Amino acid sequence: MTVDETWYLVLSAMLFTIGACGLMVRRNPLVMFMCVELMLNAVNLTFVTFSNVLNDVAGQVVVFFVLVVAAAEVVVGLGIIVAILRRRPEATADDVSMLRG
Amino acid sequence: MGGALFLLTAAALASGRPPRGFYALFTVITAVLAMVGSALAWGRVTDPARGAYSAIGDAIMVDGFSVFFGIVITVAIALAALLADDYLRREGLDGPELYVLMLLSGTGGLVMAMANDLIVVFLGLETLSIALYVMAGFQLRRLESQESAIKYFVLGSFSSAFLLYGIALVYGATGSTNFSRIADFLADNLLAANGLLLAGFALLLVGLGFKVAAVPFHVWTPDVYQGAPTPVTAFLASASKAAGFAALLRVFLSTFDLYRLDWRPIMWVLAVLTLVVGSFLAVVQTDVKRMLAYSSISHAGFVLVGAEAASDRGLAGALFYLLAYTFMVVGSFGVATLVGRRGDADHSLPAYRGLSQRRPLLALAFTVFLLAQAGVPLTSGFLAKFYVIGAAVEAESYALALIAMISAVVSAFVYLRITVAMYMTVEEGDDAAAALPFVRVPPAAALSLGIALVFTVVVGLVPSPVVDFARDALPVLVSAGP
Repeated sequence: MTVDETWYLVLSAMLFTIGACGLMVRRNPLVMFMCVELMLNAVNLTFVTFSNVLNDVAGQVVVFFVLVVAAAEVVVGLGIIVAILRRRPEATADDVSMLRG
Repeated sequence: MGGALFLLTAAALASGRPPRGFYALFTVITAVLAMVGSALAWGRVTDPARGAYSAIGDAIMVDGFSVFFGIVITVAIALAALLADDYLRREGLDGPELYVLMLLSGTGGLVMAMANDLIVVFLGLETLSIALYVMAGFQLRRLESQESAIKYFVLGSFSSAFLLYGIALVYGATGSTNFSRIADFLADNLLAANGLLLAGFALLLVGLGFKVAAVPFHVWTPDVYQGAPTPVTAFLASASKAAGFAALLRVFLSTFDLYRLDWRPIMWVLAVLTLVVGSFLAVVQTDVKRMLAYSSISHAGFVLVGAEAASDRGLAGALFYLLAYTFMVVGSFGVATLVGRRGDADHSLPAYRGLSQRRPLLALAFTVFLLAQAGVPLTSGFLAKFYVIGAAVEAESYALALIAMISAVVSAFVYLRITVAMYMTVEEGDDAAAALPFVRVPPAAALSLGIALVFTVVVGLVPSPVVDFARDALPVLVSAGP
């Protein structure tokens, strides 16, 4: 059984929207961070789908670029977050409690 | 070409252990070398027999446009490095890190300007931004600096996700991410249902509009500009904005030129919002760095006015504006660096009181930069505004030209307010003004300010060489190879 490509696009659009909404609603830097990752991976799904539809390998190559860039962003972002938490340790407790939601 | 040079020297820079002042000097030399390389490339691309060419599998385009932005960005790096030298020593942060990041981020900007592929634009943007996130938070001991880093990071990665989604949709609609192939495809095929493509346009505009700080994607700008170390702010306002505009202009004005009826209205709204919000909110600020941040937003609006015209003249006007603006804004933030004193403590308006008596030359330089930003004749800022508004009139966007002029008048008030503060006569027995500390002007920063000042005034008086340069620097689409 094959799934129509449109559904993949709909799914990735939904994931992207969830990520974008999450980023705007949540106040915890780590969760916001995860939302950004969700958005990037939603885009990856779009790329792979189009690559499949168009029968063109370039879209899949793009995904690798995006993965590398996302990894670099994680490194820098976590560095910044750690620097802030180290400076303001009282912020940690709030963050941890917020992570449960 | 310039980018590779940058990366290599940046790596060499990281391992060296030279005397003080060397890092800044090295950065400046690297930037100047890249500038010379760009100038040589300029000779080649303007030679009609050879013309522009693309490299690395059509991913990179070397044409007048990319050379132009190469020069703008290297100028910004050199001037900001000169400012950073003394600043870092004053803050006790001296070391190669900031310069390495600056060069890396500049490389990202160059890649963006040379990109001939949407994915290369994305990679360049990320190289530029990731280095900038760290630079914004470079002052570890200042909470403001850290806060600006996290704000810039979260909103920056948010917007690059939008940009990427836009790229994905355009890829889905046209079957390629290469500019030449997209343009060929759009010329050959009439899309029956182009909703996908238009959504892609909108998302690309969001992503790039964020980078150039166009309203409504500007919310990060005042906070980040205020919190970041001032030389970094100078770099952010010049190089990063120029690179964003390079990508925006190339994507919309050359690649999606056929669809100008679709994107011009969006660009119009963006330009109006950016002009109005930038200049009106600048009026109510009390912090000089914040004022300059809002004024840089309204400058982005002027460049968008040139872009909205969607003509060669508008493009040339936008390019000239960016070059002139780079010198003005680095100069302005340079003065703010010096007046801000240790710890970037005081950028409030009262700190500038009576600067004309304490430091006549510094006050004079700042006045020239501010007047140029306001668009007073005999400075480069006047001509820059003149060209973009002229292009808007030519493209029959009369309303837009009118709004641009009104917002220029409004923001002139901001600049005059700072100028008045500097020249306000300090009365006898005014303890508050007398108690203000002495502003030290180190030679490197003075050199940087001097270059910016000379450029601003000389181009205001003798504009033709620079205008010709901007006019010849139009982006070229070389049709894709086999």
